[in-house]
Amino acid sequence: MDTVLFIVFAAVAVACAVNLILQKHPISSALSLVGVMGSLAVLYLLLGAEFMAVTQIVVYAGAVMVLFVFVIMLLNTGQETGGGKSWFAQVAGLPLLLAFIALMGLLICGPLMPRLRAVQFGSWHGGTARAIGRAIFTDYLLPFEVTSVLVLIAILGAVVLARKEID
Amino acid sequence: MNPSLPSIPLSWYLLLSAVLFTLGVAGFLYRKNIITVFMSIELMLNAVNLSFIAFAYQWRQVEGHIYAFFVMVVAAAEAAVGLAIILTIFKNRATLQIDDVDSMKL
Repeated sequence: MDTVLFIVFAAVAVACAVNLILQKHPISSALSLVGVMGSLAVLYLLLGAEFMAVTQIVVYAGAVMVLFVFVIMLLNTGQETGGGKSWFAQVAGLPLLLAFIALMGLLICGPLMPRLRAVQFGSWHGGTARAIGRAIFTDYLLPFEVTSVLVLIAILGAVVLARKEID
Repeated sequence: MNPSLPSIPLSWYLLLSAVLFTLGVAGFLYRKNIITVFMSIELMLNAVNLSFIAFAYQWRQVEGHIYAFFVMVVAAAEAAVGLAIILTIFKNRATLQIDDVDSMKL
């Protein structure tokens, strides 16, 4: 069963990602990105990361993508006009991308990688909200608190950047 | 667990992550709309998160989830600031094409 689920949702994720970079209109790209995030959430569930799957849906597919869609609607951009790509991207882009993916495949399937487990749904329950919360509020308390400062700075930055000039 | 069904090796998850990351890089390189480029960055972050969670499964450690969680928080903050920057660019220049915003290009 989890084999079927993996294949289906991996295919959906890759198809949506390809659609993201092929679509001319940003709103179609945004919907494709929502598709990628949703199928990644299913894959997280298969890997036993329950909390991360829910966070993926709530934070990414919910909050971040709503922000994107708001901005796309607000700016009403329309289709992108095909501009000339830089000569370097045109000449070396595709070969370098293929070389990168080949290198990653070699690294993942090669002898350098330790023996990887076979994924069985339900064989590990380490990603529950309880385990994550325990780790965040004991061992990773300082990074967590620093994160709150980061988010505060981001809020202030967004407000300052997007405000209207009053005078 | 049904033994007749073969289970997926973890390397498939890592390969999927690599493919998604490469697609994100391709979108970053080839697209000309600032918002689409920004979404390609989000795609790359998601691909890296999948790797983190796959390795958390491999080592049976919750730390991978914590790192993915922090990546997610930083991505949300980055999205807020980045979209504010995009709004400002559009307000000042009335364009979203990357080629039209090249004041800092050499």
